[in-house]
Parts: sequence; structure tokens; C-alpha cells
Amino acid sequence: MKILSNLKYTKTHEWAKFENDGTVLAGLTDFAQEHLGDLVFVNLPEVGDSVTAGEPFCDVESVKAVSDVYAPVSGEIIEVNEALADNPALINEDPYDAWLVKIGSVEDNGELLDAAAYDTFAKEEAED
Amino acid sequence: MKLIFERSIPGHGQTLLPHCDVPEITLDAPGRETPLHLAELSENDLSRHFTELSKQVHGVNCGFYPLGSCTMKYSPKLDEDMAALPGFTDIHPLQPAHTAQGCLHVLHEAAQQLCVITGMDEMTMQPAAGAHGEFTGLLLIKSYHRSRGDDKRTKIIVPDSAHGTNPASASMAGFTIVNVPSRADGCVDLEKLKAAVGDDTAGLMLTNPNTVGLFDKNILEITKIIHDAGGLNYYDGANLNAVMGIVRPGDMGFDVVHVNLHKTFATPHGGGGPGSGPVGCKAFLADFLPGQVVRCADGVYTLSTPEKSIGCVRGFHGNFLVAVKALTYLMMLGREGVPEAARNAVLNANYLMHRIKGSYPPAVDGICMHEFVASMDKAKHEFGVSATDVAKAMLDYGIHPPTMYFPLIVHEALMFEPTETESKATLDETADILLEIMERAKSDPDSLHAAPLTAPIGRPDEVTAARQPVTRYVFEQ
Amino acid sequence: MGTFVPHTPEEQRAMLQAIGLDSFDGLYADVPAGVRLTDLPLPSGMSELEARRTMEEMAAENFRFRHIFRGAGAYCHYIPSVVKQIASKEEFVTAYTPYQAEISQGVLQSIFEYQTMICDLTGMDVSNASVYDGCTAAAEAAAMCRDRKRGVVLVSAAAHPYARKTIGTYCFGSGAEVVTVPEKDGRTDLEALKELLNDQSACFYFQQPSFFGCIEDADAICALVHEAGAKLIMGSYPMALALLKTPGEVGADVAVGEGQPLGLSVAFGGPYLGFMAAGGALTRKLPGRIVGQTVDDQGRRAFVLTLQAREQHIRREKAGSNICSNEALCALTATAYLAAMGPEGFREAARQSVAKAHYLEKKLSDAGLKRIHSGEFFNEFVTSTPVPAADILAALEDRDYLGGLPLGKNEILWCATEKNTAAEIDELAEIVKEVTGA
Repeated sequence: MKILSNLKYTKTHEWAKFENDGTVLAGLTDFAQEHLGDLVFVNLPEVGDSVTAGEPFCDVESVKAVSDVYAPVSGEIIEVNEALADNPALINEDPYDAWLVKIGSVEDNGELLDAAAYDTFAKEEAED
Repeated sequence: MKLIFERSIPGHGQTLLPHCDVPEITLDAPGRETPLHLAELSENDLSRHFTELSKQVHGVNCGFYPLGSCTMKYSPKLDEDMAALPGFTDIHPLQPAHTAQGCLHVLHEAAQQLCVITGMDEMTMQPAAGAHGEFTGLLLIKSYHRSRGDDKRTKIIVPDSAHGTNPASASMAGFTIVNVPSRADGCVDLEKLKAAVGDDTAGLMLTNPNTVGLFDKNILEITKIIHDAGGLNYYDGANLNAVMGIVRPGDMGFDVVHVNLHKTFATPHGGGGPGSGPVGCKAFLADFLPGQVVRCADGVYTLSTPEKSIGCVRGFHGNFLVAVKALTYLMMLGREGVPEAARNAVLNANYLMHRIKGSYPPAVDGICMHEFVASMDKAKHEFGVSATDVAKAMLDYGIHPPTMYFPLIVHEALMFEPTETESKATLDETADILLEIMERAKSDPDSLHAAPLTAPIGRPDEVTAARQPVTRYVFEQ
Repeated sequence: MGTFVPHTPEEQRAMLQAIGLDSFDGLYADVPAGVRLTDLPLPSGMSELEARRTMEEMAAENFRFRHIFRGAGAYCHYIPSVVKQIASKEEFVTAYTPYQAEISQGVLQSIFEYQTMICDLTGMDVSNASVYDGCTAAAEAAAMCRDRKRGVVLVSAAAHPYARKTIGTYCFGSGAEVVTVPEKDGRTDLEALKELLNDQSACFYFQQPSFFGCIEDADAICALVHEAGAKLIMGSYPMALALLKTPGEVGADVAVGEGQPLGLSVAFGGPYLGFMAAGGALTRKLPGRIVGQTVDDQGRRAFVLTLQAREQHIRREKAGSNICSNEALCALTATAYLAAMGPEGFREAARQSVAKAHYLEKKLSDAGLKRIHSGEFFNEFVTSTPVPAADILAALEDRDYLGGLPLGKNEILWCATEKNTAAEIDELAEIVKEVTGA
């Protein structure tokens, strides 16, 4: 299971990358893509949608399941990764490169985990 | 196997229509510009194409089909004959009622008998399938609360063990869904139910027997909790085959029900349809029924539209020929045969469960109803053999697998529903095969991962199918 | 009594014993005693012969018209014998939804062929595996076109009353507003449509030809609807797809219709077949089952149910529709019908239906029944009647003719298909003349 040290994480297995310009890129973690299996579709939100930390803002489909993706921070979606619409497999191939959305007007609720804490959390969850 | 388009040869076909005996007309309107391909085959080639396709289909006629929650019982052949009578097939749905008395008689009689079986007062035959019936029934509940000015009742309670159609139907009917966790045996957790109801409760949707195959013995208390809170009770008839003629939803506190003629009443499934999902209700909801209801006075049948009807859930009177089949079946079974079918459906399920439970641990021990759920969780952990692997192995023995991965509250679920029309010999043979499969799981799990080997195709690549959907043949221009 | 339980009493005893019970009662221990039935007040069961007689007697209570000139949503087209034979093959009839692809290739391939033919007919990119009927197809299409920003559904008053009513009922469920666009001269009133469209409009539904048989100006409708940013749902009489500009050519977003004319009998209203096809952009919004092509583990062509994560069994309350059972056997029937007819035969059936209807219109006009709308019509049209419509229809009924559908006291909606002969039409006109005295 790959975890990058420069990212923040949620307990619902999303990552958040705080950019220098104040925006946040969000995606699914390696743990998430592993558990979801081969993704076949990403139901992307629209630019301009507002998102709330901890609330679902889009969903991803595997062959026999659909899973909500939860926002790591609150804010407004300013960009979506259109490449995923044609090629959802990018998430399976490199989940930390395949960002889903860029969020602006960010409000962090302070509940995000750092890499070490997420590593512990994910390992515990894997054992359940 | 070739597609019908790959068999097509320009110029092939047969003479089906006479020459036009009136002057030809050129329409004064923009015409079709793109070529129409369809397919061009001689009648012989056409007939053979579909015969070949039919050889790659497993129907109830081909072998055992214990697909849980689908009630794949044998469909009497008389039903097909009766549904093909020109006296039914050639009747236009908008014929004047006095010229369609036979059709109205069928609809009336079928509705009456289904009312007797479900304990309801009125029945609409318009819904075309179970899910369609659910939607219809929920609209009755919605209309009822509205008619009383009780607009705050916007929530439908659905146990988490329910079929996916229940929450989907409630959502289509404009309700918010309250998912209530079930107990491990699929039964309703009374305390959680009590905590979930309130003055915003529009109703409850429930199957009983539940999706784990158990009869919820607290049923009277459950329906009372909802009624006391001012809600109505909706009975999903998916599992009615276990209890028809034994106990009636109407006597258990339900106000609305749908039945699946294509499950309980032996009409065949046709590869996915047509079905029929008549909806019954108590008298106080009858004014809201959709479409037209058939009334009978002095032996004359008439159609009338209920006073506060929700409108139409489809055109005309529903899947009429399916009603013909169900009524034919009901007439043959009658007062004795209906409960006999239910009792033997339950007997068969218990017998099969008993025969295999050493290798296929049931989700709940004890007496089941018409179906039972086994969990492959242990086999998965110990031998690396999943519910899918067992299912695919069954294909090589000519048996249709049980329903897989449902209900969601049981891990690696296999849901078996043998139905009452299978013999003890078939159940014994199946049990032997299932035990053999589990032995193979222990000794040679890879052989199950490779299954099926004898089916027309091996396991298909569903990921590619969903990532780059190819949903039609592309004609050469 | 008929029974389909195979067990002898001895076998039942042995099975009960095996599960540790001595009677059937033990199976129902969880059913509260107070609600257990002691008797089921149905008639006693019948033998097969008795049931056959009873059902045949019911069928005989119907009056089966020899000559039918009524359509209005249910059409008497010729059904080739081979079609009925194909559709009654037991394997197709008794299979369930093809969840187990490996042993369901026949059903899956037949649906793939059906989807291809529906796309071929409509000119659209993707078709689903069918819905219940034409009315529910229209209602489901309206649901798939709505979104958070546009929620109002516009429906032409010139569409079939049952389709309009079904859309209304579905929208009552979802809470969506429905606006009826008035009819003018048997067609959608384009001026009114333009006025009623706005930035809240999700979609507009009309049908080609209209309920009154008139050919709509589909191009003009499409331009207005798209200009307003709404989606166009075009309902089509399948025979019209052979001759008139297709929904794909018009630019419709969703094409729907009643597939009954494609090899299904009128059967007092069902089972019928709702077809639905869409442009590629709306693929994942389509409700119901869709079959896709793929390969198996050895690289052989295979068909599977695909895009299932759209559906209720996975998406539950978030699914776009609750549909699961559809009209698969009717879809197979339609596929066999279209293949039996072939492109030329199908066009011929459509051309003859049009020609006979125009001949009928002329003959009825001579008999004093004048068409009330102007402009081109397909194979249905409305006439006024100089005497009460009921008198004309009663006279026809006496001579074994089912005349057109009365729309009002003095209006009738007539229909002709390739099955009607010139001689039949001549006789019908004579009977009408006797009543009108024309």
C-alpha cells in the first residue's frame, strides 16, 4: 500500500494535496483503489459545485459496486479531471496522480490525517 | 456464434405481403435519409439462427434453476396455450367494453382471486412488473397522506436487508429513505424501528419472509408500530410463494401489496420479462388506484376510473396475457393447490438446506421459508473459493446457480430457492453435486477458479465491457 | 385439482423426517397462530381439461372483429408465422434475466441484436434492453433528462393521452412540474412551445406522428427545444421510422416508442414493448438493462449485462430508475419480426399502411366524413361525423367492423395498416354511407 508523505488523508480513504495557491487537489488513495477493484466509471461533479468536508461529492463505479467519494475539505470545485471520464483506469494505475477535483475557497475542518496516522488507520482497517 | 447481421445476405428474405391494392402515396414530409439495415435472411436461416441462440440459454425447461428470490418454478404449458387463444390475442385494448367482456372477465377474476390470497379489497392489474408495482403502491401511500393534508409524511422506512428496488422505488415516488439496520437474521430490529418512526413516517416497505428466508415472527408488532405512528405498511410480494394460502399480508397489518405473477403465479420470465406486478390495497386506498378498474354487476363487466386516481403507470390494462396465464394457473391450483404449493416450496428449501448445510453453512440455522441463504465466507477464507467460484462450478453440472451476493448483510451469500415444482430426486442430485463442489474446493480450488469449462463461453471480461461499452453492432456503410 | 408438486406422500414424509419434523405445520411455527388461515376461499382446483374449457369460454365472451380500423396506440400489423414460432421457444420463454452470462449467451446476444436494430431504426447511438411499454418509455425518458438546474417537463398535447398521463403520474412521484404544450391542427403548437420553453425546461416530449396521425414538423420542434437549452424526447411509431426522418436525423436526445407494432399482437393492451435509445452522451442515464460486447477468458466474443452500477440493485435509492424486469421476450419478438421483414419488407408494410390510410381517408370523405386537420398524415387521421359517431360505429360493429376510436360525440380517429384490403375499405365506406346518407 502506497502512501505519500506530502499528502493529507481522510478516514474514508481520500487524499488531499494542499497547493501553494491555496487550492486543494483531491483523489482516492491506493488503499481505496485496491479495495474497489477495477474502476469502470467516475461520476465527476461539476465545476462550481460546493462541497462540504466529510460529505460525498461524486461516486466511482466498479463492475458490481458504486462508492461515494467524500470531500476532504469544504470549498468550491474549480476544476475536474476530465481525463478520468474517458479513462477511469488511471485511478487504478496511479491513484496519487489521478486527482479527481481541484477545490478552491478551501476551509479545512482540521480532521485530516497525516501520512503516518493514515498508515496506522488503514492497516487497522485492513485487518478487520 | 454469428450475429444475425453477420448472416445477412442482401436480397434474401421471403414474400410476406401481397402487392398493394390501393394507389401508392408519396408522403409530403421529410423522409428518412440514412439506410435501414436490419437483417436479410431466408426464413430457414432466420429460424436456425434463433434455434442456435436458444441452445445457448438455460431456462427452467433445461434444468434446475434455484435462483433465490426469483421463484423459478415450472410454468404449466396450458398457460401458454391459453395466452395464445385468438379470442384473447386479437382483442383491441380500446374495443367497446361490451365486445371485450371475456378480457374484462379475466382481469376481474384474476384480481378477485389475488385479493383473496393477499387479503386485500381491491387490485389493479396495470403495473407491468414487481418494481413497477412498488412504485404504484408507494404513490397510493403518498396520495393517501396528501388527501388528509398530512404533507409532512415524507419518509419511507426500508430495512437494509431489502431488495434494491425498494429504496429505488421509494425514491422515484419522491420519498426520503430511512434505512433501518436489520438483525443478523434479516428480521426487523424492533427497537431500531421504534426509534426510526415519527410523524414524518409515510410508511414501511417489507418482505416477509425476509430476504434471509425467515418469517419475521414479530410481524404483527412491526406493522402496529408503523400504524401507531400514522404510517402505512407496504408488503413486497417477492416472497409470497412461501406463505400463499397460509397467511395473508392483509391479515398481518399490511395496507398495500404487490404480487409478482411471474414469480408466485408461475408465469414464465421470458429472459427478463414480461412480468406483471398487480397491486392490491385495502378499501380506504381504492380511490387512488391507477388506470381503470373492472366492475361487475349482473354478470356485465364495465371499466371505471377511480375517483382520485393517481393516473396511469403505463398504457391500457397492464400485461393482459400474463394475467391470462396466472389465472389459468390459479384455476388449476384452487383452494387446495395454492397452500399446497407454498408448503412444498418451504419443504423443498428446508430439505435442500438440510442436505448441504454441513458444507454450505446457512446464514441462520433452523427452519427456513421457501429459500435460504448460505455463506461462503468460511470457504473463501480457508480455501480461497468464493461464492462466484461455486456458482460458476455449478454451471458445469447443468444447474443454474443461486442468487449471488444478496442479501448484502450476509458475506459471500448464495441464496437458494428450489421452488415446489422440483422433485426429491432433483434436490438429492443437486445436493450431491454441491457437496462434491465443496470437496473440490478443498482439494483442488484452482479447478473452481477455472470454471466453467463446458459452458458456451468462459468467464467474460466485465471490466472491459463497462469501461468501453460496445452496445450494438456497427454496420458496414 | 391440478398440482405441479411432484412429490408422493411417502416422499414428503421422508423429507419432513429428514429435517426433523413430523408434519407440515412445523414449517410455519413462526407464523402467529391468530392470523394463520384455516381455509382459502377460492374455487376448488381444476384438471387441465376443465381449466382449458373455462378459459376458452372466457375467450369466447369476447367479440373478435374480423375487420379492424382502430389504432390509437395498439396496431394490427401482419405477424409472420416464423416470428411466433421463434418467440415460443421454451428456452427463451422460461429463462430469467441473463445474470449468468456463461449460460445465457442466447438471450444476451438476442438483446444485443435488438439494441442494434433499435439504433438502426431510430438513428441513435445506444439502446437499452427495453422497458414496459411506450408510455413508460416516455416517462423514463423525461426522468433521465431532468437535472438539478432544469426540472420542468414539457409534453405535447398532441401526444398519446396515456403517454401524457403516465408522464404525469411518474412526475407526481418525483415532484417534477409538467407543462402541457397545446395542440393546434392536430400537432404541437409551435408558437406556444416557444413561449413555454425557458431556462427551467428539462425536456419536451412529442410523438411522430401525433396521436391524431398528423406528421409533426420535427425539425422546427428540435430547433426550438435546443435553442432553449432543453432536451428533445421524440416518440416514434416504429413503422414511421422506415419512412420519415429519424430521431437521430432530427437531432433528438432520446428516442422512445411503443414497439407493439413490431410483431406483437394487440392482446388487450399487453404485453407490449417500450423502446428507448439515446445519443452517446446520455448512455449512463439510460434506465434498465443494457447488454455489451466483450470477450471471455479465452478471447472469444461474449455478451454481458453491462453498466450495471447505474441500476437499482447496486445504486439503490440513488438509481435513476427502479426498473429491473423488462419486456425481454417482446424485444426478442421484435428482433425476429424485423429480421423476418427485412428492410424492404418493413418499408413495404409502412408504405402500404400509409397508402391504405390515405385510400380510407378518401373513401370516408366521399361518405361524408371529412378529415378535420390539414397537412400530411401517416396511417391515422381524425374525421368529423355528420351523425353521431356512435351511430356509425354501431352500424360497423353489426357488420363485424371495429371502426375508429371515437374522440368525441362527432369525431373519430381512424387507422389502417397493410392488413386492410381495398375491398374491406370499400365495404366499410358503403356501411358508413348507409348511416350518413351521403
